[in-house]
Amino acid sequence: MGAPASTRNQALAAALLRRAGSWQQADARAVRLARGRTDDATDAARLADDYRLLAHDLAQARVLLPASRAREYLENVYARTHATLYHGAFRLGSELRRLFGVEIPAAIRALAPYIFWATLLFVLAACAGYALVRRYPELIALFASPALIATVESGKLWTQGLLNVVPSSILSVQILTNNIIVSLFAYCLGFLFGLGTLYILGINGLMLGAIFAFVGEHGLAGQLFSFLVPHGCVELSVICLSGAAGAAIGDALMRPGAAGRLESFRVAAMRSGVVLLACAILLVGAGLIEGYISPNPRFSLPVRIVTGVGYWCLMVAFLSGRLFAQTRREPRSAS
Amino acid sequence: MSAPLSGLSIESDTGIEVSLPVAGPGARAYAFLIDWHARLILGVAWFVIAAVLYNGRLSLTTSLTHDPLWFGAVVMPALAIYFLYHPVLEVAMHGRTPGKRSVGIRVVTRAGGPPGAGALLVRNVFRLIDSLPVAYGVGLTLMVLTKDSLRCGDMAAGTLLVYERPAADPALLQSAAQRVGVLDAAGAEIVADLLQRWTSLVPEARVRLARKLLQRYLGSAADLSEADELQWRARLERLAPP
Repeated sequence: MGAPASTRNQALAAALLRRAGSWQQADARAVRLARGRTDDATDAARLADDYRLLAHDLAQARVLLPASRAREYLENVYARTHATLYHGAFRLGSELRRLFGVEIPAAIRALAPYIFWATLLFVLAACAGYALVRRYPELIALFASPALIATVESGKLWTQGLLNVVPSSILSVQILTNNIIVSLFAYCLGFLFGLGTLYILGINGLMLGAIFAFVGEHGLAGQLFSFLVPHGCVELSVICLSGAAGAAIGDALMRPGAAGRLESFRVAAMRSGVVLLACAILLVGAGLIEGYISPNPRFSLPVRIVTGVGYWCLMVAFLSGRLFAQTRREPRSAS
Repeated sequence: MSAPLSGLSIESDTGIEVSLPVAGPGARAYAFLIDWHARLILGVAWFVIAAVLYNGRLSLTTSLTHDPLWFGAVVMPALAIYFLYHPVLEVAMHGRTPGKRSVGIRVVTRAGGPPGAGALLVRNVFRLIDSLPVAYGVGLTLMVLTKDSLRCGDMAAGTLLVYERPAADPALLQSAAQRVGVLDAAGAEIVADLLQRWTSLVPEARVRLARKLLQRYLGSAADLSEADELQWRARLERLAPP
């Protein structure tokens, strides 16, 4: 006959509790590895042993000590060890490299059809705005403020002398903040089954076309083009990009597929959301150009075109991941 | 001590499934309020100190509202502190913020792991929607309605908030291990805990808790006669000798 079950269980529980020190060591190791504070291979190898040991002890604790601190502590340590083992270390540098070098280019590739349709919608809206104001000039009152209309009717662009009123630095920050907010809204309003995004793209396109038609009527289209080209190439592209990201969310909500609406939304938002970070960074650059170069009459048209096209090419390199591509050195073969 | 809480289940190759308790709207709102005050105080503090330094006297306004120095050194950093507080700290603190840490919650992925920088940025971008129309109306409503208390940003990023249980002191657990005998393991833990915290309790609490424990584990055989607190401690030590 062995010992009574209760005595045996108490002895087992006591033996289990005496292992608390090793649980603490395992926890410290898991935290160290998760935060990337150690690259020690022995530490990493021991984590796998810790994991098995903790699983064994936790299974015992659930039977022997179901309502105890020891079980709660073990549950926590086991979950942390599991996360470290299966998800690896969190290193800010490598996280950001992966974000810019892998995740953003992959998101752009996945969004390609949406970028096409968002751009097409924007262009069509711009054409519609242009045609409307050309045909019915009084409709400009729907798209522009009375002050802007009065300035253009007096033969000047509202951008002339802008730097005499607001310094470039402040102008840049105001513009880039405004653009980032528009971009974020174009993305987030995809949550409304894509309708919010479509409205933002449509309204921005209509406004652009309408204002071009209006200034063209007054012989100022060339000046407006000269003002827009340095920053506009990227700024308008970014609006289309964030619109495409929002449209992808809307599409995921409208046509969720087999995975279900919530999961489909999550996948679409995660895939396209990282593009927003790229958009914000690009808009900072566009804002600086719009504050320092666009309103400054000292810059000639060729310089403006080179700036605009150059920044646009940089944007393409950035979004395609080429800017952050790591060159892999092939080992030389012995000849 | 509590029974296993329902929450996020993590399956593993060992066959042991762990459940992380999911933080509800209350804990999340409490953490948010702490963070909101922190970022407001930090932003205002920056603004006040920078404005005083800029003006060279105790004044928070300037006649040159378009001065780049005023804008760049006083206004913008204060706004940046307020608006970038959550995304920057969540990325830097692995899914935590000071508010979340003080409430004992953190952001994890649906697999229980730490979320990447992309997921943390996405969940913060969606604050724009969650904060509509006022006071996080959309976010709070969604949290109440969804099973895992998710706001829109969590749905988008595939994240949720779980409680971090306070770590038990391994020394306490080992001390409890030595006391298992007359008491079961859970009772030994409680006695070890009380003895460890003995000096941090007020004398009335020490006697009250010792009396309760002796009554629970010894019943009518317990010696509950009046005594000073040292004698109460000695009675507890006898109940579960190390």
